[in-house]
This record gives sequence, C-alpha cells and structure tokens, in this order.
Amino acid sequence: MTTTTATATTTASSRPKAAQLLGTYGSLVAIALVALVLLVWAPNSLSPFRLGNLGKYCSWAMAAVGIGLAWGRGGMLVMGQGVFFGLGGYTMAMHMKLEAAGPGGIPDFMTLYGDGTMPGWWAPFRSAPFTLFAIIALPAAVSFLLGYAILKRRVKGAYFAILTQALAVAFATLLIATIKQTGGFNGLNTFSTVFGHNLYDPGVKKGLYLVSAALLIVFLVIVWQFNRSRYGELLIATRDAEERVRFLGYDPANVKLVAFVAAAIMASIGGAIFAPIAGIISPSNVDAAASVMMIAGVALGGRSALLGPALGAIAVGFGQSTLSERFPTGWTYFQGGLFIVVIMFLPAGLASLWPKVKSLLPGRMSPQAALVDGENGA
Amino acid sequence: MSKEPLFRRTFVGLAAIAAAALLATACGSSDATSDAASGGSSETTGAGAAKSTAGTCVEGDTVKLGFLNSTSGPMAISEQTVRDSLILAAEEINASGGIMGKKIKYIEEDGQSTPTVFAEKINKLLTQDKVSAVFGGWTSASRKAMLPVVEGAKGLLFYPVQYEGLEASKNIYYTGATTNQQIIPAMDFLKSKGVKTLFLAGSDYVFPRTANKIIKQYAKTLGIQIVGEEYVPLDKNDWTTQVAKIAAAKPDFVFNTINGSSNVGFIKAYYEAGLGPNKSPIISVSIAEEEAPAMGANVTGQYAAWNYFQSVESPNNSKFIKAFQSKYGTNRPTSDPMEAAYTSLYLYKNIVEKAKSFCVDAVNAASDGVSFDAPEGTVTLDGSNHHIAKTGLIGQINAKNQFDVVWKSNGPIKPDPFLKGYTWWDPTKE
Repeated sequence: MTTTTATATTTASSRPKAAQLLGTYGSLVAIALVALVLLVWAPNSLSPFRLGNLGKYCSWAMAAVGIGLAWGRGGMLVMGQGVFFGLGGYTMAMHMKLEAAGPGGIPDFMTLYGDGTMPGWWAPFRSAPFTLFAIIALPAAVSFLLGYAILKRRVKGAYFAILTQALAVAFATLLIATIKQTGGFNGLNTFSTVFGHNLYDPGVKKGLYLVSAALLIVFLVIVWQFNRSRYGELLIATRDAEERVRFLGYDPANVKLVAFVAAAIMASIGGAIFAPIAGIISPSNVDAAASVMMIAGVALGGRSALLGPALGAIAVGFGQSTLSERFPTGWTYFQGGLFIVVIMFLPAGLASLWPKVKSLLPGRMSPQAALVDGENGA
Repeated sequence: MSKEPLFRRTFVGLAAIAAAALLATACGSSDATSDAASGGSSETTGAGAAKSTAGTCVEGDTVKLGFLNSTSGPMAISEQTVRDSLILAAEEINASGGIMGKKIKYIEEDGQSTPTVFAEKINKLLTQDKVSAVFGGWTSASRKAMLPVVEGAKGLLFYPVQYEGLEASKNIYYTGATTNQQIIPAMDFLKSKGVKTLFLAGSDYVFPRTANKIIKQYAKTLGIQIVGEEYVPLDKNDWTTQVAKIAAAKPDFVFNTINGSSNVGFIKAYYEAGLGPNKSPIISVSIAEEEAPAMGANVTGQYAAWNYFQSVESPNNSKFIKAFQSKYGTNRPTSDPMEAAYTSLYLYKNIVEKAKSFCVDAVNAASDGVSFDAPEGTVTLDGSNHHIAKTGLIGQINAKNQFDVVWKSNGPIKPDPFLKGYTWWDPTKE
C-alpha cells in the first residue's frame, strides 16, 4: 500500500526499524488478516447459503483486484471487465453443461431452442484440461489483441472507458442473439457436476468457496508483489506522467498492456469460479450494468489501495444481498445514497479514510503527509 | 487547497456513512416486524416454525411462504402486479383462518429482474428462511435459473406466468398457460378468421423463440404461410427496420411475442408505418389490461390471447376485482398473470389441506385433481405435469383498454406442456 509506505518514510527517523518493517510487510499482515477471516472464520461460522454468497463476492473481488491494478495503478478506467468475467464464466459453464449432458450428449437447451445439434466449437470444452487452459488463454488473447489495438493508438481517458464499456454491451448482445449456441438471455444453468464433483454435495460447495477465497488471497499477494516491483513503479509513473515515461525510453503502451491483460485474466478466473458457485451465468452477469457494479466496488473500496478494490467488491456484494433482503421494495435507494456519499465526500474510496483516521491520533504524523496517498493520478 | 475543508469533508463523509448504517440497521429491524404484521401473522416468535419435522413439516401456528418478484429493474412494472395480488390472496386466506389453521407469514424478496439474483434469492428463501413454498418468477430466464435450485433444495415453486412449455419439474407448479392453452388456441383463432399469411415479431429470448418454433410447425398444418420472422433484444425499443419489413410483406396478421416495454417501441413504429387493426392487425400474448394503456398509441381493435380477462363475467371474478381494487385503488386493472398468481396461492392451500401436510412429497402426492373456483373459472391440477387446465380466450381491445372476448376454446384445455398430443410437433425440427 502506498499509503503505508508514505507513512513509513515520513516517520522513519523516529521509529526506524519497526516502521520500515511495517511499511514493507504491513500489507502482507493485512492480507493475512483477510485470509484468516475468509479461510478460517467464515467456513466455520457461516451457513452454507451465506458461505456460497461470500464465494460469489470473492469472485467479483477477483475481478476488482484486477481493476485496481488497471485503473487504480494504471489509470485505465476499464468499464468492460464483465466481458472477461464472462469469458471465464461461460468457458467453465460450457464444460459443466457438457459434463451434465454426459459423454457424447449435448446440452439440453440446444434441443429446446435449436435443432438438437451442437456447434463444433463446443466440443473441445468437454476436456477439463482444455477448459482450465481456456479460462486463462482466452481472456489473455482477447485482452492482448484489444489492448494492443487500443493502447498503441494512445487511446486513453474517457475514450478508453467508452470503448471498453461498448465492448461489454456488444458481448451481452452477442450472447443474447446466439440463443442456440450460448443459451441466450437465459444463460447457462442446471449443472450437475464440476470436474466430476457433485455440485449439490455440501462438501463440494464448501470446497468451491475455499477455492474462491484462496484464489482471491493469491491474487492479492501477486498484486502486492507487482506493486513492489520495478514494473509497479513504472505503471504508476505511466499513470501519472505518460509523456515523461515515454521520454525516458519506455513504451507506455506496453506497460499498460501488461496491467490490462493481468486484469482480464483475474476477471476471467473470477468468472470461472462464479459459475459453479452461483449455478448460473447469464448475459446479465457480464453486461454493461454488471461491469459498472464491479467498478462501483472498486471505487467504494479505494482503487489504488491494495485491499481497497477487493474489500469494496465484497462490501458491494454483501450490501446488495443484505439490503435487498431487508428492504425488498426500496433497497436501491440505500445503494444509490451510499454511492452519492462516497463520490461526494470520499472520492478516493473508503480506503482513503484509513490514513486520515490514523493522522487524527495524537503523537502521529502531520495530516498533510497523510493526504499524500497516491490519489493525484485520478 | 487548504487542508481544513478536506478534513471537514472527511468527517462529514464518515458521519454520513455511520448514520446511513445506523439507519439501515434500525429500519431493518422495525421492517422485519412490520413485515410479519402485514403478513397477518399473530405476534408469535415463530423462529422455528418451519423447522422440518415429522408430520406436517410445519410447527407452530404460522406457515412461512416466500414471495419472489422483481421490485427493481425493467421487469418490476409487471412483476409488482403479481406481488400485489399474492399479498391480497395471503391476506384473504389469513382472514378466513389460514392454511390448515396456520396463518401465512410471507417473506418478500426482490429478484431484481436478474436470473442470477432469482437463483440466489430462492436459495435463501428455501435454505435460510425454510419457507414451505415460493411464489413468483416472471421471465422464463428467471424460472430456468430457479429450477435447479428448487430441485436441489427439494422445495416448491409456484410460477404464475404463461410460458413456452416443454418443462415439467416435480418441484414446480405452473399456473399460467402452457403453449397448447395460449399459442395453439391463438392459431386456431387465426385459422377461423381465414388468415393466410402471418408475420412473427418477438423479443430475442427463449419464450418467443420457442413459441415461434411451435407456430411455424402448426402453421404448416393449418396452411398458413409465415412471411417473416424478426427478433429484437428485450431491452431494445427500436423496431423501425423490422416494422418496415412487415409493411412490405403485408401479412394478414402479425403474431406478437414481444415482452415488456419493448412493445411500446414496436407499437409506435407499427402505427407510424401506417399499419393498424384493418391493415395487418396484431395478436399479442404479452399485452394485457395493465400494458394496453401504456402503449403510447390507441391500440383499440388489436387482439390478445390469454386465459383470463378483467372482462370475464363470473361471480368469482367480480369478487376478485372488487377485493383487488378496494385494496389497491379502483384505477388498477386486473390481468392474467395477476389472476394466475392469486389462483396459485389458493391452489396451494387446497392441496395442503387435501394432503393434510406441508411436506413436499405429500403435497405432490395429493396434487392431482385439486381444483379451485378461480376468477377465470374452475381450474384443476394435473398431477402428472403440475399444470392446470385453462380455457383459451381471444380478446379484442376496446376503447376503455379492456378486452371484449371474441373467441373461446371449447371448454378448459388439458395442459400438454410437451405437446405429446399434437402429431405435427417435432421438437428436433427448426
């Protein structure tokens, strides 16, 4: 976390060692705390239904971690992450549909809506290894080609955001229009097993949750390492002063492309774990509105903080479930109100509260230093 | 920028969030109690009321039911009406003693017009709240999303909307029409009008696609020629290009399987193209009393196929309309899905009281032949496919946006979701 690093350097003279250690490993401690909650506390305390929901929030959080990298660190407002979430989700769902159909069988909806034949491009997804490969390779290839085309042309800012958002709209429209191949508006559902494990088995459900939570933790550690690396410095430099980075001899497009592809893969893996947990993937999980909800979580949590995007996404998911359970007819007002409050008073997300709160404690650093929190690149 | 105002902003932000959180918690708890009260339950603790035990599967003097309709998103305008009539039925049943002497305590959830949310919410109702049955759903996508969940949890779902058939889950009861009670009667009506050419216009999702597959196969048998077929996504309103094709094809009739607000765009383009009831009239399967006045054009003279109209004359219907309008206002029309939802709750009551149990297996075992004197007429459950027999009606819209019944099937039609009794039907053909 930049915030912690900033704290550490300003107070280095008074508390050298402890502060430096905190600066370097404070984020890891925070990740460990999150891991403890998600991997130890939650499975032992929550009902299977709540645990399944938390698994879904974790899958959104994976996409959010990627958005944090691309947007918070790289300055690219990726408004169409639903596309990559969908690529992973649909890849996994296609495999599960074929598992449910049995060897040689074809998915039920193809006989219902179509003529009972399976398009050839479905066939490879019968193979579990190919499916796992595709979950990573497909979004990587798509995002590379797309990112290369967009970023090399130096498209940025609002134009970049609009392009990615349009992509999400196009993707959802394509899915809806190809009902015979993709299930259309209904999406894909009614699975029975995932890689041979019965999805209705309580142990399997818990296992899926644990995979989801563990992957999220892994992603957090990867991003933490990303941020510490020279590449992480370069990414922030590109975000804050792209021209200067270019004068130094780097190609900013390449720097951003790495973050864009990484974010796409993270969203795809999130989608791939979402499908078996939710038991369904449909265009409404990948369209423009779904993509904006992913952004909303990141904005709420704080886009450039390490834990901000993940915790924000979990908070948005949790808030949506809980508020709509409590107020089935009026919950959207609360959600809207919260977003207004955050945008008006906390444009850098809830994570920006932390240094401010810390600075209020007596005997700490001056508030001015606390406000240096890497948000100037917005 | 000075740091002072920034600080103040932060405090205001913090305070606002804290206040919102507090408010949410406070309202939440009071809402829970008022929910119980509006559900008509006596103020019992009722926490373990629906705990599955031997016998009737429900202990205590209340039975928990889940009402799952979209109260947000694009489908809210339609699904709210179903929710309203479910609440009316619950209050009526409670006022007359409940189900097997147990008062209904309903728990509402918002499906948010999103299939994934329907799957989550029905899971919550069945496994967290342990309700005895869930009522709701509208789009086929929402039903398809709920199906694996309700089967996995071995629960019950009552689905109140006409749909594309080809389904019969032992955990779902379908109180809306299947295709042989709405689509096929509509085709019979067109045949009786001497229609030779037909144009198909629908939303791009499973119901219109499947309905049109059936229409195309039946049209061959009837000797009706299909002169065009166009689809537009559910959330798109621009029908100009497609309507131009209709105007060019000059069909005797247009079969409209468009759902929701997309109809408004279609009707607008249709009248602008110079079409009307005397030139390629429309027969719809999704425009009812609620939708007709919202079309933004005078749709008098157009047709719709349903199994219930507000104009149906029967003592049960007058009673239903009177009760509904005295609760929600005299300007509120009643429609087919509302009536089917109202009927579904009474049917559930009658099955449970026949089974003398709320257990799913006992309910399923007792369901065959259970009937209810519904506003549309007496309906009877077919235990083999969980659908009900319904009379097919064709209505013509009059100046008051009500429907004059112009054609009626020969008595209630037995449900045949898989169209086994229709030799022309081949599900593997396009």
